[in-house]
Amino acid sequence: MSAFLEIRNLSARLRDTGERVLRSVSLEVPVGAVQGLVGESGAGKSMIGRAVLGVLPKAVEIVEGEILLEGRDLLKAKPSERRRLIGTRTALIPQDPLTALNPSRRIGPQITDRLVDILGWEKARATARAAEILAEVDIPQPERVMRLYPHELSGGMRQRILIASAFAAEPKLIVADEPTTALDVTVQKQILHLISQMQARHGTALLFVTHDLGVVAKICDSLSVLYAGKVVEETTVQKFFAAPQHPYSAALLAATPRHTDAGASLEPVPRAVLDAVSAEIAADDASWRRHG
Amino acid sequence: MVEALFRIEDLRVDVPDMTRKPLFGAAPRLEILKGLSFDIPRGTVLGIVGGSGSGKTTLGRALVRLIKPSGGAIAFDGKDITHLSDEAMRPLRRRIQMIFQDPMSSLNPRLTVGRIVGAALGLRSGDRRVSEALEQVGLPAAFVRRYPHELSGGQRQRIGIARAIAMRPDFILADEIVSGLDVSSQAQVLNLLQGLVKELGLTLAFISHDLSVIRRLCGRVIVMQAGAIVEDAPTEALFEKPAHPYTRELLDAIPSPDPSIRW
Repeated sequence: MSAFLEIRNLSARLRDTGERVLRSVSLEVPVGAVQGLVGESGAGKSMIGRAVLGVLPKAVEIVEGEILLEGRDLLKAKPSERRRLIGTRTALIPQDPLTALNPSRRIGPQITDRLVDILGWEKARATARAAEILAEVDIPQPERVMRLYPHELSGGMRQRILIASAFAAEPKLIVADEPTTALDVTVQKQILHLISQMQARHGTALLFVTHDLGVVAKICDSLSVLYAGKVVEETTVQKFFAAPQHPYSAALLAATPRHTDAGASLEPVPRAVLDAVSAEIAADDASWRRHG
Repeated sequence: MVEALFRIEDLRVDVPDMTRKPLFGAAPRLEILKGLSFDIPRGTVLGIVGGSGSGKTTLGRALVRLIKPSGGAIAFDGKDITHLSDEAMRPLRRRIQMIFQDPMSSLNPRLTVGRIVGAALGLRSGDRRVSEALEQVGLPAAFVRRYPHELSGGQRQRIGIARAIAMRPDFILADEIVSGLDVSSQAQVLNLLQGLVKELGLTLAFISHDLSVIRRLCGRVIVMQAGAIVEDAPTEALFEKPAHPYTRELLDAIPSPDPSIRW
């Protein structure tokens, strides 16, 4: 069994209303693979990434399921063990490079802190590693950049720094949460190429959260399509774009604009498809309540 | 030759560059728009595309005279509006409408939909023209009693459109109006806009950073880079044979939902 991350039957709900926000989600990310999580806003794709990293919002509680990292269940592990596993094996590339970096601190310490505090490295070793990894993501003059503040850098540069920071400790899994949504298309392309390269070179598995099926087609190996916290389709990228199986994911693909063909009209997801998938989810919830 | 609704000649906008202001005397000027010229013929949809910082939003705001150009001329329906005062612009405002990027911050959260759409007309929410506008954007008339927070993103954006078309304008400026929406709502809003353009004979300027959205809707596209127009071409020609390297770069960078196309 070579899945690095395996999520089994993960369900979560809101503490106050009891509404289910994740519905028996199962997925696997093999070592070194890129798994896309796709869906519209509110589908729960970021929620899954956050659950893996152990940073769910306080309002959400996990009610059942397993999150296995190298075969060990994070949800059953002692808090100290869980923190150690997540801290040493995983990292995050966040969406917004401006809010993810502390504006009042220099770049250098923001990368080395994690290496020193969590991995217990010597300061000098951490600094050397930060410079090395910044050079790897094509930041010119890394030593100089480490002394700068975030506002002195462009959006693309800041995103590169966050990528470097994520790879610095050689994690086995990186959760990338819409890492290019805030960027221009031309910069987005560079950044995605960079993420792919780094991922392949370091053999890191990626859980790639995005709403953009175009991005999925370019960088993922397989994907899970989410609707209302339920995985409606899990398949490989090749199969999905050749022939999506679930009516909802097919409709989502049909609604995605393509600049390459002029004639095709854009179809919003039809009412009937939404009704059908909602009915599916209601039936699911009913049987879940009977068991639970 | 179709009569142009907008005629823009050598349009310039600059702002004082306060970061380089000397202790005494005026700050040097920073050019945002560097002499743009183009027409928008009646009944056409013009796409304005460019990266962030290319000046596309500034161009839109200058068109509708939310900012004052520092040079050049803007003629709307044959009338020079380049230097009109706010007072003198007012009678034209009804004919020039805007739809904004973020419907959550451009719709007053304390007003009902009916009052938002009716406000500019000085109408009460029960007025027929309000429900007519809602109907045109595909929302039930019962929505007049709802508040913006009760609606989805796509519905809110349609309220923004309803507010604009309720004024029966000649021209609408739409600035990144689908960037914040999911693809399904995006398709709905684009189809709706396409229908309204035909039905009402609207002239539309559609600002977007997303060329695949532009292809859906626009007849002609202006590509902007660093405050200048680098390409101005009919949509089909632009996509089939992009002339400027920057246009090609923009096109190449779009991730198409097709894994077989190399990227």
